[in-house]
Amino acid sequence: MTVSFLAALINLDKPGVFLHWGVIQISLANVIVIGLMVAVFLLAIFIPFDRKSRRR
Amino acid sequence: MLGQEEAELARQWTGRIRRRLVDALPPDKLLPDRQPSYLSSWIYIFGALTIGGLALVILTGTVLALEGPQWWHVSSIGLFVNSMHLWSVEFFFFFMVIHLWGKFFMAAWRGNRQLTWMTGVVTFFFSIGAGFTGYVSQTNFDSQWIATQAKDGINATGAGAFVNALNFGQMLMWHIVLLPAAVVALTGLHILMVRHKGIVTPIEVNGTKVPHQGAQSESDRS
Repeated sequence: MTVSFLAALINLDKPGVFLHWGVIQISLANVIVIGLMVAVFLLAIFIPFDRKSRRR
Repeated sequence: MLGQEEAELARQWTGRIRRRLVDALPPDKLLPDRQPSYLSSWIYIFGALTIGGLALVILTGTVLALEGPQWWHVSSIGLFVNSMHLWSVEFFFFFMVIHLWGKFFMAAWRGNRQLTWMTGVVTFFFSIGAGFTGYVSQTNFDSQWIATQAKDGINATGAGAFVNALNFGQMLMWHIVLLPAAVVALTGLHILMVRHKGIVTPIEVNGTKVPHQGAQSESDRS
C-alpha cells in the first residue's frame, strides 16, 4: 500500500528531468541529493549535541 | 643463559614488529573508552555513518554475489536486496561527502595528519570506481548503455588500454574483488591512522592546546 502510494507520488518510470544553466547540465535527482547533503551538513553543525546523555 | 635467550627473542622480527605496533597503537588508543570533549558535535558522526553504509554495501553485495543476476532481477526478495545494495551505496556516498566537507572545513590534515587525509582521498576515488563498475555490472539495458557511453570517456583519458567498460568479466571482477578489497583495506588503514593520530582539534581552540585523544588532561576529563 505504502509502496504503491510512493510510486504514484514519484513516477520514476520515465526519462529523467535535467536542468540547464549555460554549459552546466545536471539532473534534478542530483540537485535534490546535493541539496539534502548541504541541509544535513548545516543541521549537523547547528543542532546542539546532547552532551549530558552521551558525553561527560 | 636466560638473558641470552631474552636478547635473542628481542632481536626476532616478530617481536620487533609487535613492539612497534603496540607503541604506535596501544590498546586504549586503538579502542578508547573516552573521547575528547570537543567531539560533542553531530559533524563528528559522519565518518562512523560512512563505515555503517560500507558494511551494508558489503553485506548486501555478498548476498547478491551468492544468488546471481537472475535472482536479483526476477524474485521479489532479490529485487529487495538489489535495492538495498543501491540505497546503501547512496547513503555511503551521502555520508562520505558530508564527512569530507566537515573535515575539509576543519582542515583535518593539521597536526601531521596528512596520511590520514590522503588515505581518505584515495578511498573516495576507489569508491567512485567501485560505484561505476557496479553500474556496469547490473546486467540490464541500463548497464549496457552506461558501458557504451563510458568507454569513450575512459578512452579519452588514455586509460582505455587497461580498463574496458565493455568487458563485462573485467568490470564484474573489479567490482566484486579488486575495488571492494581496496576500499575495505584503505578504510581500515584510514581508521587506524585516525586512532594513531587522534581526532583533529577544532581550529578556533587550536592555539589553546586542546588535549589530544589519549593525552587528555584532568580538566578535559571532568
